[in-house]
This record gives sequence, structure tokens and C-alpha cells, in this order.
Amino acid sequence: MDAMTAPAPSDTPLLSIRGLGIRFRTAQGDWQATRDVSFDIARGERLGIVGESGCGKTITGLSMLRLLPPRVATVEGTIGFEGKNLVDCAARDMRRVRGRRIGMIFQEPMSALDPVFTVGDQIAESLRVHQTISKADARARAIEMLKRVGIASPERRVDDFPHQLSGGMRQRVMIAAALICQPQLLIADEPTTALDVTVQAQILDLLRELSASSDTALMLITHDIGVVAESCTRMLTMYAGEVIEDAPVDDALRRPLHPYTSGLLRSLPHLSERRSKLPSIPGRVPTLNMPTGCRFQPRCSHATQGCERPQALLDAGDRPGSGRRVRCWRFRDIDLPGVVH
Amino acid sequence: MARRSTTRIIGGRLLQALPVIFLATFIVFSILKLIPGDIAVTLAGDNATDARLDEIRALYGLDQPFFVQYGAWLWKAVQGDLSRSLLSGEPVIAAIARQFPNTLLIVFIAIIISLTVGVPLGIAAAIKPGGVIDRLVTFVSSLGIATPYFWLGMLLVDLFALRLNWLPATGAKSLSVAPLDAIQHAILPAMAIAAGGIAAISRQLRASLMDILSSQFVRTLTAKGLSPSAILWKHGLKNVGVNLLTVTGLLVNNMLAATVVVEAVFAIPGMGNLIVRAAIQRDLPMVQGVIFAMVIVVILVNLITDLLCATIDPRIEA
Ligand SMILES: Nc1ncnc2c1ncn2[C@@H]1O[C@H](COP(=O)(O)OP(=O)(O)OP(=O)(O)O)[C@@H](O)[C@H]1O
Ligand code: SF4
Ligand SMILES: [Mg+2]
Repeated sequence: MDAMTAPAPSDTPLLSIRGLGIRFRTAQGDWQATRDVSFDIARGERLGIVGESGCGKTITGLSMLRLLPPRVATVEGTIGFEGKNLVDCAARDMRRVRGRRIGMIFQEPMSALDPVFTVGDQIAESLRVHQTISKADARARAIEMLKRVGIASPERRVDDFPHQLSGGMRQRVMIAAALICQPQLLIADEPTTALDVTVQAQILDLLRELSASSDTALMLITHDIGVVAESCTRMLTMYAGEVIEDAPVDDALRRPLHPYTSGLLRSLPHLSERRSKLPSIPGRVPTLNMPTGCRFQPRCSHATQGCERPQALLDAGDRPGSGRRVRCWRFRDIDLPGVVH
Repeated sequence: MARRSTTRIIGGRLLQALPVIFLATFIVFSILKLIPGDIAVTLAGDNATDARLDEIRALYGLDQPFFVQYGAWLWKAVQGDLSRSLLSGEPVIAAIARQFPNTLLIVFIAIIISLTVGVPLGIAAAIKPGGVIDRLVTFVSSLGIATPYFWLGMLLVDLFALRLNWLPATGAKSLSVAPLDAIQHAILPAMAIAAGGIAAISRQLRASLMDILSSQFVRTLTAKGLSPSAILWKHGLKNVGVNLLTVTGLLVNNMLAATVVVEAVFAIPGMGNLIVRAAIQRDLPMVQGVIFAMVIVVILVNLITDLLCATIDPRIEA
């Protein structure tokens, strides 16, 4: 093992993002898609990221493996991981992180696999990029991995091409390819959105089980708070390109501190049911004319004078250092309903 | 699975081939019958009597109704007998066997040139769209497509044969008689038709490679830790393989057609040469035989292309 993989002291987080801002160069001019995104991921932790469409969840995930289109996207801030800053480390170092220390799976398992290589080849490839291993051994490992992600008769399936598999099986193949190097972190961007309802639950169970059994941290991006409630240990809420609340799942559900999070939860009919999509909150996310100060002002029923002051993510722990943070000036004054009592 | 689709492809192609052979030969037969002129006059000489002409027509079946003549030809053709030349009496098969290798040689060399120049150009252009090589490829390929190959052929003769004296312009012999001589003679005509081939291949490769490199699975490969060059050479090339093969197959067919003109410019004793001469002289069996052979070659080329495509891309099943 080299120095990079040596275990860090257990109190330092696995990954630490500070002041992450993503800016796009577009035909209409520059556009700041996210700003001041800061959060940590601890070892083995399962973090759920929720927020309305367009709030910046996907691009935050992509930026962590430096997968944003370099011609149009500029990233500022730091992403600390195993002693490196992933925002500006050398391309070579970045490649040694991708797939080996951090794995990633995407929303569309249909198009995420190369159609002209067998799934076995593509799983084994993840391994062969990062270590010297014979073809036969890599294949054996791929079969073993297919078994772990719950694919029946893996010895036969290993030679199948992606088009011969169902959507759920392809996503299992993606998971196998992402986890075969035993990474410390798996980023899953809406991994079940494109799948059948029954398959969705199976894939989520699989992700949670694999994460728990191998102590791999999971960053799960989703539209579905029910999924976060069931699968994650912590919930990060984003709004208009900012992190607005960061709390352990139980706390966030019982007593959300941000009016936006509360609004999301309140309109959830049954949290126990998995198919609870993000409810709609009156109003739209501002895109062009961002209000000064709190970006949620135009839609917030608690907005008052003072909310237009420049705003940071405030430490809101019941106990100091509990890691609960919220981006609302009034979180101490207002009492917001949650869903679990 | 792969084996089943192979037999399906072959079976399907052969079934498709029959009507094509039938139609092509029928159309050519009709055209030669419709345009004015009479082979009997050629055969009998200028001052033959009407009686002598009738005699000759009867001898070659030229007095029979149109459909009977075509039917008779077709019946023999499917049994492998392409009849004899009306003029020389030589079996048509023998003439084809003598001339076809020269034509195939030109096409073969032209394809090799097109691929060896077109593939690297197309890849270089796709790697850096909008870059210097990309713009050069776009410019050169527009030129290659717009330049008529007979004109290019004449330019090449002027430069390489007449001015530099590197390669012979005309006077080719048959490949079977003098192989080296035939190869030397094939280079200039091949270059003339390869210009369009280079253009077609580099353009097509550029477009489809750019398409592949911007597809979703490339992001997965990057996320797995593959380097951009591994993605290009392993995944990019295999994915464009089908496209490249298809273009190459089409190109072979187009080049076969182009040889008709190019052989005339370079006076190559190939199939183009054979069919042009036979058509002018209304040597019907000869024209029919050449068309027949050409159609079969085109069908074979398509079949091979399809089979190769199916081995590269598992999604293809005839
Ligand atoms: N290549 C790009 N060029 C310009 N803008 C982009 C680009 N990619 C993303 N964006 C913008 O960045 C913002 C955040 O997009 P992102 O895909 O991260 O949203 P999201 O939270 O994942 O939404 P969803 O829930 O719909 O997936 C959006 O406004 C989007 O339009
Ligand atoms: S800062 Fe003001 S406007 Fe923003 S969420 Fe809090 S109360 Fe609402
Ligand atoms: Mg998204």
C-alpha cells in the first residue's frame, strides 16, 4: 500500500469540500451555478443530497471526479481527499482517484455502458486500469463482483453485452464496475430514476447493503426524500446552487431548521412509502436575478427584514460541533414542523 | 447467437441478390435493345445482303422476340454459362477472368490508400475539433469530393507520367501476364479514385468518432480512471468500426463504378474497358456478362461488410 491509501486518523473526514463554486461559460455570458458549497463526508457515512431540479446536485457530484466539461466549466474552492485537492491536482493523480478511491454511477444505465464490450470486460477493465492483474484473474474477480451485486448465474452473464440485460441488471453492472477496486466513496447520481419502481427498491437496498458491509461511504443524489430517510445517515439540502441545510437524517426529519427543508418534508404524504417525490413548493427557483442575502426570500413565508443580509452557512448544532448547519438568519426564532415525531 | 446471425445474414443477402441480378441485367438488356443499331450489320459487313443479315440474325437468335432472347440468356447464365462474345467468339467468362483482376487491383490499391490516409486524418480531426488538422481535413475533403476523378486522373498522368516520368501512363498488360507491370500501371488510376475515398473516410470517421467520444459511456470510462488515449484507442475505435466498415464497403462499390471512366483515361484493360467496348459494338452477351459479374462482386462486398460489422457490434443481427 502506498502513502495515499494509508488510513487517516479517524476524526478527519474522508472528504472535505470547502467553498466549491461552479461557473459555466455560456452563450449568454458566465453563469454561477453553485457557490460556497461546503460539506464533509465521513468514512462509511451515507450522505443523501436533495433539492429541486437544477439546484446543482449533479454538477457538484461531477466536479468531485473532475468530470465537468473543461471547456465551459470553471471550478473554485477545494475538495480535500486523501491529502490532495481534487480541484487542481495533476491529471495523473486524478486518474488514480477515479474508479480506484472514488467510484461513480449515473442515472442512465442504458447509455452508461459501452455497447460493444461485454459487461465482464467493462467490470474487469476498472480493475485492470489500476492494477497489474492477468486477464483470467480479472475475469474471475468480475464474476465474483457480479455475484455480489446480485446477478444470477454470473458465469454466464459475464459474457453478455449491455443490450442483453435489463435496466436494473445494467445498473448492477455499473455498481460492480464502480466497486470492484473497493473505493472509499461511491457517488450515485439518481441511480434509480430510470428504472422500474420495483427494481428501484432493490438497487437502493443493494447500495445500502454494500456500503454498510464494505464500509464504503455513499453519496446518494436523489429527488426522493423517502430514499434518504431509509438509506442515508445524513441529509444535505441544496437550493439555488447553495447548501442550505446539513443535518443527520433523523434530526432533519424531526426538526428541520430551514423553511425550505421543512416545506419539502411537510408535503410528503407518507414517508414510509418510497415513491414520495420531492413535493412542489410554491414559486420557482430564481436563476437570473438572485436576491441578495437569502436566496429563498421570495418564496419564504418567514422572510422578514434582515434576510437580505449576506448570508453564510451557520453552525446550528444543539451541541457545539454536532455538525448541524443551516443557511437561515432566523432558524433560532422560528419553529418548523417536520414529519417524524 | 453470433453464429445464428451469421447464417441469417448470408441467407438474407443471397435472397436479396436474386432480384438485383435479375433487374440489373434486364435493364441493361432492354437499353441495348432500345437504342438504334444492329449487331448483325457489324457481323455481316457493310455490303451484306438482306438475306445474309437474316441468316446471321437467325444464327444468333436475334430474330427471336425480346423476352425470349433475355430468357434464353438468363437460363444459361444461372447455369454458369455466360455465352460467347458475338464478335470474337471468346467465352465471356474467359474475357472477364482476363480483365477483372486489373480492375480489382485498382480498387484494392485505391482502398488501401484511402484507409491509410483517411483514417489518421479523421482521427486527428476528431481529437481536436476546430483545430488546424480538423480545418485542413475539412478543406481537403471538400476538394476531394468536388474534384472529378477523370480530371484528377489526367492531372496525375501529366505530373507523374509525362513530367516526372515516375510511373507509366498507359499501355498496361493483364495482371496475370505481367503482375509487376500491372501493379505499376494501377497506381495512378488508383490515386485518381482514392482522392474521393480519402475525403469520404476522413469525414465519416471524424463525424462518427466525435459522436462516440461525446456519448454518455465515455463519462463512465473516465470515471473508472481510463486515460483519454485509452478511451480513444480502445473504446472509440471499436465503436466507430461499424461505421468505418460500412463506408469502406460503399466505397468499394463506388470505386468499381468509377473504374469504367478511369480505365478509359489510363487505357487499362479492365472491366470498364471491356464493357465500354462491348456496349459500343452491341456485343450483348459480353455486356450482360460484365454486369452480371459486377453485381455479384458488389453483393459479395456487401455481404462481407455486413458479416464484419456483426462481429464488431453485438447489437447487429441482420
Ligand atoms: N454544461 C453546462 N453548461 C451550462 N450550464 C450547465 C451545464 N451543466 C449544468 N448546467 C447548469 O447547472 C445547473 C445545475 O445543474 P445540475 O445538473 O447539477 O442540477 P441537478 O440539481 O442535478 O438537477 P436535476 O435534479 O434535474 O438532476 C443547472 O441550472 C444547469 O442548467
Ligand atoms: S433567511 Fe429569511 S428568507 Fe431565508 S429562509 Fe430564513 S427566514 Fe426565510
Ligand atoms: Mg441531476
